[in-house]
Amino acid sequence: MADKVLIVGGGISGISAAVEAAEAGLEAVIIEKNPYLGGRVAQLHKYFPKLCPPYCGLEINFKRIKQNPMISFYTLAEVTNISGSEGDYNVTVRVNPRYVNEKCTACNDCVEQCGASRPNEFNYGMDSTRAVYLPHEMSFPLRHVVDKSACDAGCQKCVEACKYGAIDMSMEPQTVEVNASSIVFATGWNPYDASKIENINFATSQNVITNVMMERLAAPNGPTKGKLLRPSDGKEVKNVAFVQCAGSRDENNLDYCSAICCMASLKQATYIRDSYPEDSKATIFYIDLRAAGKYEDFLQRLQADENVTMTKGKVAKIEEAASGDVTVTVEDILGGGKIEATFDMVVLAAGMEPAAKGANIPASLTYEANGFIDADNLPAGISACGVARRPDDVSASVQDATGAALRALQSRAGVNKPLEAAEMSGGN
Amino acid sequence: MADPKLGVYICSDCGIGGALDIEALENIAKNQYRVENVQSVPFLCSQEGTQMIKDEINNQGVNKIVIAACSPRVHYDEFDFDPSKYVTERVNLREHVVWSQMGGAEEAPEAAAEAPAAAAAAAAPVEAEPAAPAVNEFTQEMAEDHLRMGIVRAQKSEPPEPAIMDVEKTVLVIGGGATGLNTALESAKAGYKVILTEKEAELGGWARKMYKILPDKAPFEDVKAPNIDEKIAAVQAHENITVLTGANIDRIEGMPGQYDATISQNGSANTHRIGSVVLAIGWKPYDAKKLDNLGYGEFKNVVTNVEMESMAVAGSGSIARPSDGKQAKRVAFLQCAGQRDPEHLPYCSSVCCMTSLKQALYVTESDADANAFIIYKDMRTPGLYENFYKAAQNNPGVMLTKGEVTSITEDGTGNIVLEIDNTILGEKVRVEADMLVLATGMVTNMLPEGVEKVTDMTPEYIGQWKETETQDGIIKEVIADPVALNLAYRQGPELPYLKYGFPDSHFVCFPYETRRTGIYTAGAVRAPMTALQSANDGVGAALKAIQSVELAAQGKAVHPRSGDESFPEINFTNCTQCRRCTVECPFGVLDEEENGTPKTNTSRCRRCGTCMGACPQRIISFKNYSVGMIADQMKAIKVPEEDSKPRIIALICENDAYPALDIAGLNRIKTNPFYRFITMRCLGGTNLVWIADALSAGIEGFLLIGCRFDDDYQCHFIKGSKAANERLGKVQETLSRLMLESERVQQVQLAMNEWDQLPKIMNDFADQLKEFGPNPFKGF
Repeated sequence: MADKVLIVGGGISGISAAVEAAEAGLEAVIIEKNPYLGGRVAQLHKYFPKLCPPYCGLEINFKRIKQNPMISFYTLAEVTNISGSEGDYNVTVRVNPRYVNEKCTACNDCVEQCGASRPNEFNYGMDSTRAVYLPHEMSFPLRHVVDKSACDAGCQKCVEACKYGAIDMSMEPQTVEVNASSIVFATGWNPYDASKIENINFATSQNVITNVMMERLAAPNGPTKGKLLRPSDGKEVKNVAFVQCAGSRDENNLDYCSAICCMASLKQATYIRDSYPEDSKATIFYIDLRAAGKYEDFLQRLQADENVTMTKGKVAKIEEAASGDVTVTVEDILGGGKIEATFDMVVLAAGMEPAAKGANIPASLTYEANGFIDADNLPAGISACGVARRPDDVSASVQDATGAALRALQSRAGVNKPLEAAEMSGGN
Repeated sequence: MADPKLGVYICSDCGIGGALDIEALENIAKNQYRVENVQSVPFLCSQEGTQMIKDEINNQGVNKIVIAACSPRVHYDEFDFDPSKYVTERVNLREHVVWSQMGGAEEAPEAAAEAPAAAAAAAAPVEAEPAAPAVNEFTQEMAEDHLRMGIVRAQKSEPPEPAIMDVEKTVLVIGGGATGLNTALESAKAGYKVILTEKEAELGGWARKMYKILPDKAPFEDVKAPNIDEKIAAVQAHENITVLTGANIDRIEGMPGQYDATISQNGSANTHRIGSVVLAIGWKPYDAKKLDNLGYGEFKNVVTNVEMESMAVAGSGSIARPSDGKQAKRVAFLQCAGQRDPEHLPYCSSVCCMTSLKQALYVTESDADANAFIIYKDMRTPGLYENFYKAAQNNPGVMLTKGEVTSITEDGTGNIVLEIDNTILGEKVRVEADMLVLATGMVTNMLPEGVEKVTDMTPEYIGQWKETETQDGIIKEVIADPVALNLAYRQGPELPYLKYGFPDSHFVCFPYETRRTGIYTAGAVRAPMTALQSANDGVGAALKAIQSVELAAQGKAVHPRSGDESFPEINFTNCTQCRRCTVECPFGVLDEEENGTPKTNTSRCRRCGTCMGACPQRIISFKNYSVGMIADQMKAIKVPEEDSKPRIIALICENDAYPALDIAGLNRIKTNPFYRFITMRCLGGTNLVWIADALSAGIEGFLLIGCRFDDDYQCHFIKGSKAANERLGKVQETLSRLMLESERVQQVQLAMNEWDQLPKIMNDFADQLKEFGPNPFKGF
């Protein structure tokens, strides 16, 4: 039996749980489905409220992983079976082929030879990569990957281009068995599919994008190299509407508040204002502005900018004209009546959906009504942290992940568990 | 370590061999530095390559390994030689030199682009073998200097010997409310001993004073009876936990793993050896008497939410209003009574919306005809708490509106009349209520008694200005008023605060970061939060407390240099007691003897080197990082006499600037070739002696590239980049003594995702230096 915690998910929560547990003396292994660690935060341009880059914290955490022999990880991996109980879980992990081995130096010669392309999910499909690609500049591990489904049949160009023999198209999925004393689910979230929201025409309007796409537009390694240009015609976007609760707090979509979207839109308003300080405008249509605690300072800062307008109103309709401009119809909650206004682009503050929902996790987990893992009702030795268990921001997720690391310590062999304490195990 | 023996291993792949004269690099190692083991191979990170290095280590006694290849951020495992036995120095020829000198001219502004092109033409490789590829002279010189600097750094470096110590692992938890109870219980369940102190006679804190508590489990819809007694019972029954009630912390001295906490109880004091501390002393209500125009203190039936809770407890849910004891059937709640108000509490208290929703239920549940009327700015029920809000919206007895209260008056019967503007029910609304509840906010208990405002406090610490006279001038600093910890630390008895008195972390990614290693904060003492959030917060804080002791036992640093075994050593004989190190340390590590000599406390140290940078006597060194080492690296830079070849030193922060340069290289973004990069643990380690030395050796200028400082600081060592900046303010004197322009030394703040700005930043500074003309010391 190993004193080891297995962590499902290598986003900011999973990484944090791993480094915190390992630095407290427990072995940790991360199972991540992407070809890199970092999850959703790697796709963010900046964090609120400091407007600092997520790469900065990831760099430190990756460094903590690199220097610590107690931490290992599998990318392109998924858990296929879990058996056993606290102190002695057996987890079966399927590791999908990367088609690029550890000899890769990230020199990029392969990409230059590759003629096939694929939509770039890292940029939410707003551009494409070659079939062989480096996921992004901060990718950890910094190693290319081949999307075989995008390759031309029989093509060996990248294999031939790699002088290091790093590309191996014959790789097969591997199965790994991990014995762990505890398991942490840090499976995170997916952006809510905005095409499910009625009357906003997300699927058919190029210039109606979601907040996660906006992050990529603003990022220096995004599809526009950080220039805020609208998708339909590359026009500079200077007049942008943010539609809050796009899916959230809506019984036809997500029942709950996604907790981060108000702050995310306020942050994104700064992207626009900072890109075009002279003549840009941001308009935020909201139900309630939720900037809890000292985040209030950030709200106040934006409220002081006369080019940022905040209107309490429920968006009823969004339509894109042939010109590419987008008209938003809003029920004005305070003034009464309807507001109609036209913008260069509209950003939907789409909510977060738990990734665990419908993911067929092979464990007897309990979920609350929305699909978040119900941390209060989990088998001993299993915990959940971050957005897997509730919508929350990065800081609160890391806080939660640190707590999950403690719970993992509690599952170690030899830890004395008095009855009354054991009965109170589980989340709070 | 054994007799030092260097090995230099140069990779010729990934474009390095094509862009550089590798043989010339080898010759520098062999001839200039007399290194016997010099190898250059293609694909150094291959198994064959790393095996070759291992063979030289095992068979030839190489123990200082210089890898001149790619960034250590890429292939790290391949070149991971036991750091307790060997020194490994990575010279980043690939990203920082070759790849960043490959990009097209269009990537770089004119100034830098034209220079190398012209020089390359002028310096055709006439002496090189005819078959050799065209090597850009500037790139080659850059590589050579970086190799020289790497060799010198390896020469001067020794493997650190960890300061392993005996530790006591007991966690001291201060505060026995929802946060502290959970911190104690969860630590105990992980097998650690806990001392839990509470200043009141009983455990439970605010949670015990509630009539009902907020929903704390899915589906987060219903209030429930307080369950804190269960937790208290579990804590009291746990064999790992010692509970001390009616207890105060008189003094904490020492360091993680070896703290001595003096705790007084019933008039007697005892000292306990503990390992680490979680501070969970919670919050107090904002004083409603300070609120103008809300009727508090003026009208009897205006109460605070805290008073409302006591009234509910007293009446078992039925609310008897203060003026006449009549049951309050129409109760108005005014949200943000002081919060979100720059005159009172500028922040949002996070819980008051939910508290009012809860208290509205007290009103409606006790009587079918009763009504609650909540007036808010924004209803803040984030995440799954939205369900609780929806439940209230579906309650016919609860009315909710956004609005601004324009007047609060009392009619002759004790009823409170509110005029409300800008509501969602219409323009103006008048509400007559039996009682008004002010949803007042939370203030951290770190605020000392008598501090009136959270916006007007002394910087960093809530306390008193203190001036100390030294032979180097007067040191002015704030020393905190004692409140809870009573640390026997040179920098004062309490944690620095971040904003509004909250000793919170400033880091999005590292919410438990504090500036006192081994001491962590949890719950409402650090930020307004619900009891549920507080209890959860305590679990993570418990982990951090445990972790700090486990790492201290091994002589290892905590985040951000996790696992680092090096630590600063002080050569006391040359100390002049200037106190700069003890003042500037961002983490309050160093204490002081009475005469001002610093006292080290290794397990408090984060290994940033700010003390090393602060010391004018150059007496603070790490085994593998020192003032002398970096000075020697600078001396290793070859300064050509030609004015067309300026040499500029960039001190780069390893956390952000270094990877930003890597990413620039990865993107083949062309940067100025005249820079020589020296990696710093943090710019806080910048010692002014380098600047005078290097400038008088003909270096044209210094660019410090580090993290943001001030309000939205990103420096992982809190104040390191700021300390560097403040030191640069003093460099003027040195420069004027040398008759040099003060702008020859500058600092830029670079975030890691600003790699695309590096060419401009570097060229702008180079252009500025060009305008000053060549450094007159060049050639001397």
